[in-house]
Amino acid sequence: MSDFPTKANVVVIGAGIVGNCVVYHLAKLGWKDIVLLDKGPLPNPGGSTGHASNFIFPVDHSKEMAMLTLDSMKQYKELGVFTESGGIEVARTEERMEELRRRMASSKSWGVESHLVTPAEIKEMVPFINEEIILGGFYTPSTGVVDSLRAGTIMREKAQELDALTIFPNTEIDDIVVKDGKVHSVVTQKGTIECNYIVVACGVWSPRIAEMAGSSIPLTPAVHQMISVGPVPVFSTTVGEIEYPIVRDMDTFCYERQHGGDMEVGSYAHRPILMDANDIPSIEESQLSPTELPFTEEDFEQQLEEALELMPDILGDETVGIRYAINGLLSLTPDGAPILGETPDVKNLWSAAAVWIKEGPGVGRMVAEWMTHGHSEIDPHQSDIARFYDYAHSKKHIIDRTSEAFNKTYGIVHPTEQWESSRNVRVSPFYPRQKELGAVFYETAGWERPQWYESNAKLMEEYPSELYERQGEWESRWWSPIINAEHLAMRDRVAMVDLTAFAIFDIKGPGALAHMQKVAMNQMNVKIGRAVYTPILDAQGGFRSDLTIMRIGKNHFRIITGGSDGGRDKKWFSDHLPEDGSAYLEDRTSAICTIGVWGPNARAMVQSVTDSDMSDAAFPYGALREVRIGLIKTRMMRISYVGEMGWEIYAPMEHGLKLWDTLWEAGQAHGVVPAGIGVYGTTGRLEKGYRLMGAELECEYNPVEAGLTRPKVKKQDFIGKEAYLKAHEEGPATIMCTLTVDDHTSAAGIKRYMMGREPILTLDGESIVDSHGRISYVTSAGSGPSIGKFILLAYLPPEYAVEGTKLLVEYMDEQYPVTVAVAGAGSVFDPENERMKG
Amino acid sequence: MTLDILVCVKRVPAPGAKMTLLADEQDIETKYLGFTISPHEECGVEEAVQLIEKHGGTSTVLTLGTADAVEQLRYCMSLGMDKSILLERTGHDWDPMATSRAIIDAIQARKDAGENYNLFIFGNESADSGGYQVGTRVAHAFDMPCVTGIKKIEITEADGQQMAIASRETGAGMEVFEVPLPAVLTVKEGINLPRYPSVPGRLKAKRKPVDKSTPTAVPGGPVKSKMVVPEEAGSEVQILGRGPEAAPKVVDILKELGVL
Repeated sequence: MSDFPTKANVVVIGAGIVGNCVVYHLAKLGWKDIVLLDKGPLPNPGGSTGHASNFIFPVDHSKEMAMLTLDSMKQYKELGVFTESGGIEVARTEERMEELRRRMASSKSWGVESHLVTPAEIKEMVPFINEEIILGGFYTPSTGVVDSLRAGTIMREKAQELDALTIFPNTEIDDIVVKDGKVHSVVTQKGTIECNYIVVACGVWSPRIAEMAGSSIPLTPAVHQMISVGPVPVFSTTVGEIEYPIVRDMDTFCYERQHGGDMEVGSYAHRPILMDANDIPSIEESQLSPTELPFTEEDFEQQLEEALELMPDILGDETVGIRYAINGLLSLTPDGAPILGETPDVKNLWSAAAVWIKEGPGVGRMVAEWMTHGHSEIDPHQSDIARFYDYAHSKKHIIDRTSEAFNKTYGIVHPTEQWESSRNVRVSPFYPRQKELGAVFYETAGWERPQWYESNAKLMEEYPSELYERQGEWESRWWSPIINAEHLAMRDRVAMVDLTAFAIFDIKGPGALAHMQKVAMNQMNVKIGRAVYTPILDAQGGFRSDLTIMRIGKNHFRIITGGSDGGRDKKWFSDHLPEDGSAYLEDRTSAICTIGVWGPNARAMVQSVTDSDMSDAAFPYGALREVRIGLIKTRMMRISYVGEMGWEIYAPMEHGLKLWDTLWEAGQAHGVVPAGIGVYGTTGRLEKGYRLMGAELECEYNPVEAGLTRPKVKKQDFIGKEAYLKAHEEGPATIMCTLTVDDHTSAAGIKRYMMGREPILTLDGESIVDSHGRISYVTSAGSGPSIGKFILLAYLPPEYAVEGTKLLVEYMDEQYPVTVAVAGAGSVFDPENERMKG
Repeated sequence: MTLDILVCVKRVPAPGAKMTLLADEQDIETKYLGFTISPHEECGVEEAVQLIEKHGGTSTVLTLGTADAVEQLRYCMSLGMDKSILLERTGHDWDPMATSRAIIDAIQARKDAGENYNLFIFGNESADSGGYQVGTRVAHAFDMPCVTGIKKIEITEADGQQMAIASRETGAGMEVFEVPLPAVLTVKEGINLPRYPSVPGRLKAKRKPVDKSTPTAVPGGPVKSKMVVPEEAGSEVQILGRGPEAAPKVVDILKELGVL
């Protein structure tokens, strides 16, 4: 073909909902010279978009997913392809009703109108439902269906109108050429296109395309079964595609929706049926399309009976036939979230994969903004491809986790629920000792970390607390009162906390200081031997990360960050390295283990195994020293995330066990206890009001709002400075606050404890929205054993961010009184930080 | 007057546009494919179900195939067939001679046990190998009348003799046969509009009986040496233009074709 281009700025591969939305948003943001390729014909090239059930329920417990969905609905409406039908998630069990009550909290937190409805009310909306087998439902009036193919066509047309796009369907990709770690060209059967950027929006084929570039997009094609039955007599008088609300039969993992004269029944209940991206048939080989595989009836038998039970009037009608049945392919990822962003291993190779119809346009906008500005309006931390560590790209991990996750699609998933598969992938050197102490391990980024230690159960007698008993099953799940006992023992004595899951990067070279100054908000030109806690901002002044940076030498800095954010942080620091090569990044994560030692007895304990002077004068807060503990040379940093005197002690990985044993032995005389992440990440942190990336800190909040400003703004330039100065000037539109719960008693007379993400309401029960439209919700929740109260963190607009203000929190469809204890920076426990001064 | 109908079907792949052969060239690659029965057979099943609905009796569906062919038997039963027989073979497809021999044996065995059918319906030909023989061979073995290519069946009774009035299309019109039962009729697509299975039908089919046995292949008959995928004919598409300016060219073409 003569008009096939040889050059382009961006090549977007895949003309499903995602690719179409990406090209439109890129064009809208001013990009030109975009080429969209697909191996299939238009408007339906044969990917998952073509057989999608196309309905959208806006409520999701995940904020990021809910925000992407709401943005997508708005866009679909603007395109005129959205039909509002309402949707009801029905419960057959009391356990599910509890989940629906929790969904009420999410709907309010994300600003979606929803109601709990009775079986009779459901019957009125869905006359063909068997209301006798359901206990109730969660009704969201704004639920609807979209025409995703039409949406894609309009998106392409709009990009063409902007003179930004050329489209080549029926164009198979043969290869992607990468030069010097950067994309160079796309080789197709019609010719080769040299380009600056490639966006992989190929859904189930994405791993195959990424592999061509020597990269990886860790998803797997998986089967979702769907049948369509008709003609349904009750639908014969309806107009358009849908008039009756969509029903999600949550307990059987099925859904039923009207589609014209037919009813579609889809399921996530069958066994996980995974496929390799390379095994997907070609368009020519497929009877229907490559992603509409032959239906395997035996996998659908139970679902058919359950659907019949719920919709007997329609499905029990012998004149209503099964006219269409497929094993539809969709994309599953190890953690269930999409895979978006630039791949860490190939520059300018972007992934926009594992996206559902409900998020497509939102994702298109997010990815386009991210490509344009380096950040997006909605925080992408759950979806960022950089979140995956190397092991998570392995086939084994992908298969194990997606197999485990598939039936959780409609499942009741506890926020701290642990995976069963793919465990013990990364363990600290202290692991054997922790096992002996009865550690209960939770996983983060592959690391096994003790959440609490069963051996500390006896501490509950020594340290009585009202917060030991949780009568609500949900709150007691994946939790132990021992966490509170460990906390109290730490505050009274001393605790050892395994922090080996930290991601650690060294930045070295003559340009290291300049690099640190550019990326970090706070002043990095500090004395050698000092450590600095600093927010990392994006260009719009929102949080990209928060972490600690040590200055080890003139041209040597060390970044310490959380394991779950490590991949993203590494990419951010790498991406902003000086182009002249005057600084480089070295990942030290696998070389260094870390123990936190904190508590009033920490100094005496550590002093007993070292000749170094551990006094406050010799080793002040924020300092960094090389200290020999027993026979091991360690590096210690005087810092605390739990509000106690103490250190983080870093040692070479191979010395870890010896270090643990030395400290443990020394600690016996000082009452040392092992403490888990339950203390470090929740109780200790919340009592001190420390903010956590991904919870309190997201790109839509700035340091002024988060209460993380410094008295002076450094004179050097840094990413986000302009926005930061502006935020200073304007003052906060919302303020991070610490709240305490005044009364936990539910209507049933038991004490309930929030889990996070619940809405904060006025005393009239109204949602609280700031001047930027952000709704107040609980960003973190947990016990404050030392203050004897339950703590919530939440952003509140200035008029509510006043200490002593009485508000409500909604949990399980009930409201509980809360009080603003601290507005802005500061803490409910030891507000003067006396204990840390030690 | 009731009917006892036996419908014979064959499990065949439902291919896409492109067929790939296995390395031994004995069969097509079915890794990505679903399976079905031929449209003629679907109509045969529908016809049987309708006849039983009208006249009463029993309907049985039979197949000679691998163990997987039970999927097609269940499908036929979900459409309303009462019960099924699986003659389970292994190895490659059997030729029409061996296939009909196995079916004849199965019918004979049931005859011997006092179980008789009075109407045998086959598809006019199978969807894959298209041998056109099995129905005729079975009829011949039992000395029954056989009419092929049937597009309409009515059942009547005269003087205690059940008759099938079977019609088929010729170039000039319809040929109508009066056939005394028992008889073999091979039917063609278009005789009726087959129904889709209903959900209750599917669920009932799970509980209907499948009578399984293993036939022994008789030696002889034609042997498949290999399969060949024919060259793709390919067609050329010429875009005449877009929008209103294309209209005159369309008119020219229609004139050329003699439509205008």
